[in-house]
Amino acid sequence: MTMATDGFVWNLGDDVHQMFSLHFMVNAFRAGSIVAVLAGAVGWFMVLRRQSFAGHTLAVVSFPGAAAAIWLGVSATAGYFGASIVAALVIAMVPRSSSGRAHSQESAVIGTVQAFALACGALFVSLYGGFLYSLTGLLFGTFLGISNGQVLTLGLVAVGVLAVLGVLARPLFFATVDADVAAARRVPVRALSVIFLILLGCAAAEVSQITGALLVFSLLVMPAAAAQQITARPAMSLIITVILALVITWLSLGVAYFSVYPVGFYVSTFGFAMYVVAATGRLAVNRFHARLSGDAPLPHHVTVSAR
Amino acid sequence: MITYGALANPLVGALTGPLMGSLNPFVGFAHMVDHPFLRSAFVAGSCIALAAGLVGYVVVLRGQVFTGDALSHVAFTGALAALAFGIDLRVGLYGACIVFALLMAALGSRANADDTVIGTVFAWILGLGALFLSIFTTARSGSGGAGGNAGVNVLFGTILGLSPGQALTDAVVALCVTGAFIVIGRPLLFASLDQAVAGARGVPVRTLGYAFFVLLGITAGVATQAVGALLLLGLLAAPAGASQLLTARPFVALWLSAGIAVVSMWAGLTLAYLAPTIPPSFGILAVATGVYLVAVLVTRCWQWRMQRRPAPMTRSSKPTRSSKPTRPSGPTDASRTGGLGAT
Repeated sequence: MTMATDGFVWNLGDDVHQMFSLHFMVNAFRAGSIVAVLAGAVGWFMVLRRQSFAGHTLAVVSFPGAAAAIWLGVSATAGYFGASIVAALVIAMVPRSSSGRAHSQESAVIGTVQAFALACGALFVSLYGGFLYSLTGLLFGTFLGISNGQVLTLGLVAVGVLAVLGVLARPLFFATVDADVAAARRVPVRALSVIFLILLGCAAAEVSQITGALLVFSLLVMPAAAAQQITARPAMSLIITVILALVITWLSLGVAYFSVYPVGFYVSTFGFAMYVVAATGRLAVNRFHARLSGDAPLPHHVTVSAR
Repeated sequence: MITYGALANPLVGALTGPLMGSLNPFVGFAHMVDHPFLRSAFVAGSCIALAAGLVGYVVVLRGQVFTGDALSHVAFTGALAALAFGIDLRVGLYGACIVFALLMAALGSRANADDTVIGTVFAWILGLGALFLSIFTTARSGSGGAGGNAGVNVLFGTILGLSPGQALTDAVVALCVTGAFIVIGRPLLFASLDQAVAGARGVPVRTLGYAFFVLLGITAGVATQAVGALLLLGLLAAPAGASQLLTARPFVALWLSAGIAVVSMWAGLTLAYLAPTIPPSFGILAVATGVYLVAVLVTRCWQWRMQRRPAPMTRSSKPTRSSKPTRPSGPTDASRTGGLGAT
């Protein structure tokens, strides 16, 4: 990327000042922050509910959505959201199962849907004809050229999703941790699951506008996975997740500005680094406790697990 | 080094009137096979589809489609890494696929769909792929859009851009995979259907697992060149899912899956020939997905008819076909099919 201004100088203040003197960078940071908060919160529930494969599929689906929107001349944002929400509804129709032949059939369905969606993306790109540079952007993320209008849309959708999530948080958590007891206590488990998939679709669509359709996982899964290594307390790990997501996004945007490589690479690398640090730290703490108590390792790591 | 075609089908420029001979299907077919790159595509494509259909059936049977998903991401990164460092693309492709497949084999049954750790790792590997793509693109930025094209080709496949030599190599590799698969097919199916019983009867379950994953890695590598890294998942999952719905007998389903894959390949290539704006990968996957949908509909109709008929014996409240007793005992079934897969 060639900048009109100077490149990186070893003066952080100047660098940050230089970065924020450009309007598109300010917009990128605004959009990135919105997306990070949303991805952190929704991703935390997703990891807890063990629906990361569904999240991945929803994210991938946003690629044909955007490609179709560009081909038809509609705004790409509409394509992102439309495709992800439709896919969320489709996935919600497939009943979840965890064992036996029904499970293998379910995974075949998801795999087929995912590959077919990507093939449709390839078709739309081919129909539109030659915009390969922006294709890389769709797949691996770009932070250039985010308009004020897009930031506004991202913000409004994020506020809506977070509001719904805030209202549903307690019953959703209950339904996730123990579905049977929740159902017995008249919590609408099935409806909650459908609503959550739609929220997840919205979140995946938002994230893929920054990290690209293929790297959504890095902002949805990695902060939550790292936070759940750090603490087992639900509220605490939710807060840590959001903070980690914000840090990852800011760092990535900052570094990507001064380098030629795509922002998706930095998001996934910083996210992965945080996860590795968190996991290693937890292992070390476990060792330490085991040595203190002198016998077998404590059952220290009691993450909130869901069926 | 491979010469890359554009993402759009090279036929766009090559043909003046692709529908010329279409009134007579035989003349049309002769026209089609006249083009050397289509001949290469058919030869390589059939062999690749055969291998993918066979291996994919076991992938679906073991419920490890997620592994295929992860493999497709790794395939992309491997190929792009090789390009970025200036080695032959296939070295990186096969190397990455086989190493990763062995890792997944070491993880065993823990490698299921919702594993956050595996998801985290392969998201990062894909991020590395984006980095290599960008390194390759910037290194090549002088020579037009070659870099961008390479990335797109790895993602979405170049079956119509294969030279006769490459097509032959791919076909041979795919046939070797098929041969090896047939050799281990019987015990592998047994081990996949019921690991505990197979282990108790002296089947080397672990060794078979590793052998299977190596075959899966090679298949992923070779299929990446045909349908692309992102879409190979469909070639593994769709025919296998369809055949699993249509029959419960493992050996029949295995070969049915291979058949569906090969037919999808042929139909997809023909579609791409008739309508040059359609990328061949899309044609292939569209047909495979269509077959899967038909299989779902057929099964639903069949279930519906079974439900309306007075039930001969009491069954559970939802007599779905997919939830009926799943494990046909391995040995009996193998003997019933007369050792079809044994050599």
